[in-house]
Amino acid sequence: MSGIPHDHYEPKTNGEKWLHSRLPIVGLLYDTLMIPTPKNLNWMWIWGIVLTFCLALQIITGIVLVMHYTPHVDLAFASVEHIMRNVNGGYMIRYLHQNGASLFFVAVYIHIFRGLFYGSYKAPREVTWIIGMLIYLMMMGTAFMGYVLPWGQMSFWGATVITGLFGAIPFVGEAIQTWLLGGPAVDNATLNRFFSLHYLLPFIIAGLVIVHIWAFHTTGNNNPTGVEVRRTSKAEAEKDTLPFWPYFVIKDLFALAVILVVFWAIVGFMPNYLGHPDNYIEANPLVTPAHIVPEWYFLPFYAILRAFTSEVWVVQFASFITGGIIDAKFFGVLAMFGAILAMALAPWLDTSTVRSGKYRPMFKWWFYLLVIDFFALMWLGAMPAEEPYATFSLIASAYWFAYFLVILPILGVIEKPLPQPETIEEDFNAHYGKADADATPAAAPAE
Amino acid sequence: MFKKLAIGAAFAMAFTPAASFAAGAYDTHIEDFDFSFEGPFGTWDQNQLQRGLQVYTEVCAACHGLRYVPLRDLEALGYSEEEVIAYSADNFEVFDPELDDFRPAIPTDHFPANDSLGAPDLSLMAKARAGFHGPYGLGINQLLKGMGGPEYIASLLDGYTGEEKEEAGTILYENKAFPGGWISMAPPLAEDQVEFADGHPATVEAMSEDIAAFLMWTAEPKMMERKYSGFVGVIFLSVLSVLLYLVNKRLWAPHKGKKIS
Repeated sequence: MSGIPHDHYEPKTNGEKWLHSRLPIVGLLYDTLMIPTPKNLNWMWIWGIVLTFCLALQIITGIVLVMHYTPHVDLAFASVEHIMRNVNGGYMIRYLHQNGASLFFVAVYIHIFRGLFYGSYKAPREVTWIIGMLIYLMMMGTAFMGYVLPWGQMSFWGATVITGLFGAIPFVGEAIQTWLLGGPAVDNATLNRFFSLHYLLPFIIAGLVIVHIWAFHTTGNNNPTGVEVRRTSKAEAEKDTLPFWPYFVIKDLFALAVILVVFWAIVGFMPNYLGHPDNYIEANPLVTPAHIVPEWYFLPFYAILRAFTSEVWVVQFASFITGGIIDAKFFGVLAMFGAILAMALAPWLDTSTVRSGKYRPMFKWWFYLLVIDFFALMWLGAMPAEEPYATFSLIASAYWFAYFLVILPILGVIEKPLPQPETIEEDFNAHYGKADADATPAAAPAE
Repeated sequence: MFKKLAIGAAFAMAFTPAASFAAGAYDTHIEDFDFSFEGPFGTWDQNQLQRGLQVYTEVCAACHGLRYVPLRDLEALGYSEEEVIAYSADNFEVFDPELDDFRPAIPTDHFPANDSLGAPDLSLMAKARAGFHGPYGLGINQLLKGMGGPEYIASLLDGYTGEEKEEAGTILYENKAFPGGWISMAPPLAEDQVEFADGHPATVEAMSEDIAAFLMWTAEPKMMERKYSGFVGVIFLSVLSVLLYLVNKRLWAPHKGKKIS
């Protein structure tokens, strides 16, 4: 591994040497855990641990839930009630899993916006960014399919609406939709395959998480200044960094504990706040709910999907030049996936050589506007598809695309960045002063 | 600045529910009743639950089922095992496939399902309805007052204005709580319809509140256990947070000088 020079694992005892020459797994774990980490990381760098925790929480609670759940259209809803009423602690396991999805998405959105602000996606970390985007897409798929499993009204109708999006693809759409559903409509075959995939995808996510970590361990972490760790010698690198264990593990665990206080309070005292009451009504294909609303974490992209109606000139233009192949529905689907694609392409759309938004006076404001835009889209996604929300949705969607496709490329050319610190050490000392003992990691308390 | 924004964002996201909206132009009104089980410290009023069960048994059960609720769970309402056996046998008959016939219910049975008149099952009604919304789809009312399921039920039962109209052969009754304002369920409660053993007055409003509380129990029988787990977790994690804060501060101290600014 290239990267930042640091001490590597040396097997000492005969037993360690024996294992190391056959399988250097201890060395792998040691190097992963002791990776030199920029010592100026702020509190926005704790969300990776929170996300790892969420994945573990969801897998563990999920495996227990599967022990009591029945994936069948006639039994699924009742089996969830069985979990809530008869299984020991089942109500907690189920509510933890249900609200765990929300914590997962809170964390992933902050994690993504942190990357967008501090330019974590820029060279040489593009691969980390792309893997991250894949994880995010898989999370959305997993969450969507998981929401179908309790077989409530919103499960059923959400599944009907979202799989209907694939039906919008020209020519092959209906065939794809039928293939995905396992029949002409959402039914037992759909429930079973969603159950199967909902169990599978988290393990694929876990694999991608390892690749995600591997990638940024190769390049080293980004940090709030965006200035790289000096890596010509180990001594120099140690002025900019501290090992991940124990410094960042403890810091991250502290942050995680604080976040879990809030999370646990929500699970214990208001577990249905983030859910939808209609999902406590068993699925009924004959009764459509008054408003079909996705879970909050899908709302921003749901708003983009709905924003492009047939009255929008861009849609009419696309329809005209493709001879009607791209209609409003398909345009909406393209826009929704395009919104995520545009974000995924940020490393190549952002022309600025300065990573951190701290030193980009113009970028900052456009970024804050993007954050506001994201919340606006989230709110609009929950609103009925009527005026004035339709126009607002269109404006907010347009800004999302403009930010990535127009503003990021132009800013890099016209913006005059502020001076950046020479080194991470300089930035750290500017915040905390120079340590009295001028301690080096070697002098720090070891594990 | 970014840090503050992002923390604010985290909280805002955590508290943005999938908002929904009352349909129709009819201006519905949901009374914010003060139930004993509300809030982190709220507990069941066992007498109220027993009264609610009585109202359900004597009135609601004629049309509505409670298919997900096992009769044995009634012991949580303060009844003895014998009382639950007697209550089950006296009030409900269930179909037994082994006998190929109906027999008196026993505690291991569930309350019977009842959809003979197309009336919805009430097991989860208190969680399947939201009384409070907004403002502007922001979910703030649900954060402050709760989802409002039991409030919706009580307001509905107490919300009849006495007006009727006939539409396509069905008589509809005007109701201040029902979305759209007109409901096909006839006013189910009348003053002194039931006689409570504890001498509690049986006004329509009081009975509405009792049945709403009882249905909150049928929807979430483990609510008290859940809140208890909530407290255990919150207290444990708070202590853990303090300890980790102190460890973290001490761990980093040698590397940080005096904080500037």
